[in-house]
Amino acid sequence: MDTTVVNTGTEGKTWGGGNQPLKASYGKMMMWFFILSDALTFSGFLAAYGFSRFKFIGSWPIADEVFTHIPFFHGNYPMIYVAFMTFILIMSSVTMVLAVDAGHHMKKAKVTIYMFLTIIGGLIFVGSQAWEWATFIKGDYGAIQTNGGNILQFVDTDGNRVAVRDIAISEHGERVQHERKSGLWFVSEGTLPSYTIDEVYNGLEANPNVLVRTQTLTEDGKKTVLSREESLKQIKENGKLVVEGANLHVNEYGSPLFADFFFFITGFHGFHVFSGVVINIIIFFNVILGTYERRGSYEMVEKVGLYWHFVDLVWVFVFTFFYLV
Amino acid sequence: MAHAHKLEIFRGLLKFKSNTQKIWGVLILLSIITAIEVVLGIYKPEALEAKVIGMKLLNWIFIILTIVKAYYITWDFMHMRDETKGLRRAVIWTGVFLICYLIFILLQEGGYIEGVYSSGFIKRDF
Repeated sequence: MDTTVVNTGTEGKTWGGGNQPLKASYGKMMMWFFILSDALTFSGFLAAYGFSRFKFIGSWPIADEVFTHIPFFHGNYPMIYVAFMTFILIMSSVTMVLAVDAGHHMKKAKVTIYMFLTIIGGLIFVGSQAWEWATFIKGDYGAIQTNGGNILQFVDTDGNRVAVRDIAISEHGERVQHERKSGLWFVSEGTLPSYTIDEVYNGLEANPNVLVRTQTLTEDGKKTVLSREESLKQIKENGKLVVEGANLHVNEYGSPLFADFFFFITGFHGFHVFSGVVINIIIFFNVILGTYERRGSYEMVEKVGLYWHFVDLVWVFVFTFFYLV
Repeated sequence: MAHAHKLEIFRGLLKFKSNTQKIWGVLILLSIITAIEVVLGIYKPEALEAKVIGMKLLNWIFIILTIVKAYYITWDFMHMRDETKGLRRAVIWTGVFLICYLIFILLQEGGYIEGVYSSGFIKRDF
């Protein structure tokens, strides 16, 4: 700290600016106020998520049905992987604060080890988030989007989800994806869905034990399941598009807004984690090179530590509002 | 650099011998809270589905536990406990007031729009 404060000759003179009522160095205080403004940014995003959710409170996707996967395992495990991610981030927060503590005691070797562990934790977290995104984009069971933009999913009579690919009867469709080489060079289109509405409808007709589930929530917070006749009628009359996975336009799990906010908020948080890792790496090398040993203070570790804890703090809220509530 | 850390949590109920010990103690506390959240999130006990002030009891529990976690991260990992009262209030109260205001405005408005949809002024569910 002493090395960063410039001697201005005003020490002890209250009206000359020599007074330090907050007893914190300039750098640390500015880090706190940056964190405050960043916290307001994140709460703006989360409050906007809350706005959209309250707006569609009767049809919002159920997070437990959306995030159910664990890498390398099959089956339905809601929450487990996110809990693991949360734990990793808290753990890397702990190693960070241990690095700060070792810094106070000027123990270079310990600071180095703890900074290294913090970086590893951060990388595991970013990797997990990338995997989470990939799973979400790829999708699970597929669904039908209606003309009005609602999502219709399939369940069997016991209420278990049924994948579109398991019921659809594929026909030899003549519709192929238009590419620039095969027609107008200035016209192109995105990938076509694997199935057409007709194929799914025929499949539904052939499977008498499959029903349609709408995104409307019932009194006890479950999704509404339609009767057999109503199911066929809905797909026939309102079905427009087969949706697999989620992106910024469509979302097989329900409201596209859910996917938009998921990508935006976890993306913005992931960007913070990524930049935190980069800053940690820079500080890590400075520690190894002995910069702070020479400076006589490890306050820089404390400042990046504040940022790193803040990233953890934000995740605690993202975890609650995206996965729990 | 101030080496004097305040080493007690729970208002002095639990006092640690060193700063390192306090860090591990807080980690255990945060892990327990996260574990409770995850277990409640997976099993969703029927008894906690009751509505309290417009929201499920379970959701209130989640939000309160989150704020408890945020408190310990800020106070012990970010060392807010050791800062002066002035810095602490400048950061915390600014955030708390603005965030409460923002949440109130947006949730109120979201609820109103939901009311407009569900009371039939606009028909979009087809």
